[in-house]
Amino acid sequence: MSKIDSDSHGKNKQPGKKGFSRRSFLGGLGIGGGAVATLPTGLLVESQAAAAPAMGPGPIPVALRINGKVHNLNIEPRVTLLDALRNHLDMTGAKKVCDRATCGACTVIVAGRPVYSCSMLAVEAQGKDIQTIEGLAPSGKLHPVSAAFVENDAQQCGFCTPGFVMAVKAFVDRHPNPTMDQVKKGLGGNLCRCGTYIGVRQAALDAARQMKGGKNA
Amino acid sequence: MQAFEYSKPTTTKEALGMLGAQWGETDILAGGTDLLSLMKDYVHTPKRVVSLSGIKELKLIKSAADGLHIGAMVTIEELLENAQVRKEYASLVQAARGISSPQIRAMGTVGGDLCQRPRCWYFRKGFGLLPRDSRGRDLVPNGENRYHAILGNSGPAKFVSASSLAPALVALGAKVTIASASGNRTVDVEKFFMAPTDASTREVDLKPNEILTGIVVPVAGGAKQATYEVRQKEALDWPLATASVALKMSGSTVQSAKVVLGHVAPTPWNSAEAAQALAGKAINESTAKVAADAALARATPLSQNAYKVQLAKVAVKRALLAAAGKA
Ligand SMILES: Cc1cc2nc3c(=O)[nH]c(=O)nc-3n(C[C@H](O)[C@H](O)[C@H](O)COP(=O)(O)OP(=O)(O)OC[C@H]3O[C@@H](n4cnc5c(N)ncnc54)[C@H](O)[C@@H]3O)c2cc1C
Ligand code: FES
Ligand code: FES
Repeated sequence: MSKIDSDSHGKNKQPGKKGFSRRSFLGGLGIGGGAVATLPTGLLVESQAAAAPAMGPGPIPVALRINGKVHNLNIEPRVTLLDALRNHLDMTGAKKVCDRATCGACTVIVAGRPVYSCSMLAVEAQGKDIQTIEGLAPSGKLHPVSAAFVENDAQQCGFCTPGFVMAVKAFVDRHPNPTMDQVKKGLGGNLCRCGTYIGVRQAALDAARQMKGGKNA
Repeated sequence: MQAFEYSKPTTTKEALGMLGAQWGETDILAGGTDLLSLMKDYVHTPKRVVSLSGIKELKLIKSAADGLHIGAMVTIEELLENAQVRKEYASLVQAARGISSPQIRAMGTVGGDLCQRPRCWYFRKGFGLLPRDSRGRDLVPNGENRYHAILGNSGPAKFVSASSLAPALVALGAKVTIASASGNRTVDVEKFFMAPTDASTREVDLKPNEILTGIVVPVAGGAKQATYEVRQKEALDWPLATASVALKMSGSTVQSAKVVLGHVAPTPWNSAEAAQALAGKAINESTAKVAADAALARATPLSQNAYKVQLAKVAVKRALLAAAGKA
């Protein structure tokens, strides 16, 4: 078992419901001999994962390519991408708010698409490019989206901001010429309790203009 | 979340071999937008999770003689990006666009949308799909029921079907394809959804060791279609009432109509009354209103949800007018 529980809020823990004996489970499932095999430790790439029918419930090797760099982890299959980032890799930019796919604070970009990292298992993100807020300013220079947030006062408490910045980045990457209406719909997956939407939407429009300018210059 | 074994097979056949025969032993993982929340709340506590994300054959969209075959693992965003879907199935596109969080559309799959569990708050809090108190009394009619069913609610099931794609697919006459170890079967989307009558049945016609492999949407053949949704919030929420319609016209009058309401009953609600009211008529404000009234004539709202009757009527009327190009 990994030290850090995937359910780090702990609020939903139900005594007696957690855990099960591996032997009783395998017996109870009635799957014929050989159908269930554990993975020899140490090997995990996409194709080999398929060859091994079942992994876990204890820690398994998971390799994540985050902002261009591969990180090798040993985590339980139940660990979400968000918990892997925050609790195992010290990348605390993506925030845990609802932990139920309903707020956007945990937004990162996987394979070019914005996703709620709270609702994706880390093991499911293997083999895909993961972009997080930590990778946006590699040389210390603000990314045009981040800069547009600053320019437009697009944050107050800032808790929704990393998720919002990633949602805006994913959006402008696919919509180089957005209208305000597209921006409103395209950012519908992120909530801000402080009500910074007007600034965020303007930042998205500005960033799109800026990035296009950059590309064409 | 309870710990579980994870597997990521690369073929449907291999995946079928990993599924248990009883509900609760194993769960199928698609995009995870619903399953992970269910597991975090201990509503689902599978001992093994079988991911479908490694199965390439489930990610395809192919055209065939009997219509468009859409794999279960096609995401909602990919569905919206498909040229043929955009050209032929306006009502499906409108329904898919309504699922209005880009993240949900990027992660959520067609199969997952159809198989997502009901949003009934009693169910989500662990009281089951047919929630009862300790003395066996039905919790819904006596409790908080403003988002529950107004049609088809005379049995024990009073939740509403959560899928936005389902009503549009029923109106289009689509089917789901289902694989099991003993072979494949095809079921009309309309029949796939069922109101459970006892605790052992689910809201869809699926066994624990079956996989929904995709949908087949018949060629629309020029039928006029539209979906209209009434929502409390524009994003990050489910509709309160929707209607999807498909109209076969002969000249300016309706030859045959399908009017399917969503989020008002434990299943998508195909209204024979509305279809009957429209046959042989031209679509205008007054015929659309008559059809809407007919669709809701048998509504039996609960203590807090009579307001949904009017919302559903509006959805039917506006969907009809939109389909006829009169919105
Ligand atoms: C905030 C929010 C708002 C939403 N709004 C809407 C909305 O307006 N309209 C709407 O329709 N939906 C809405 N959704 C639901 C969303 O569309 C579903 O969660 C999503 O489509 C589920 O797909 P998934 O691939 O993530 O499924 P998963 O979460 O992976 O699976 C969902 C369920 O389906 C089962 N399952 C998945 N695929 C298969 C398969 N191929 N065969 C058999 N069983 C399978 C799983 O075992 C699980 O029980 C919303 C969700 C959220 C969180
Ligand atoms: S924390 Fe993931 S959506 Fe709210
Ligand atoms: S700035 Fe406070 S939540 Fe958005």
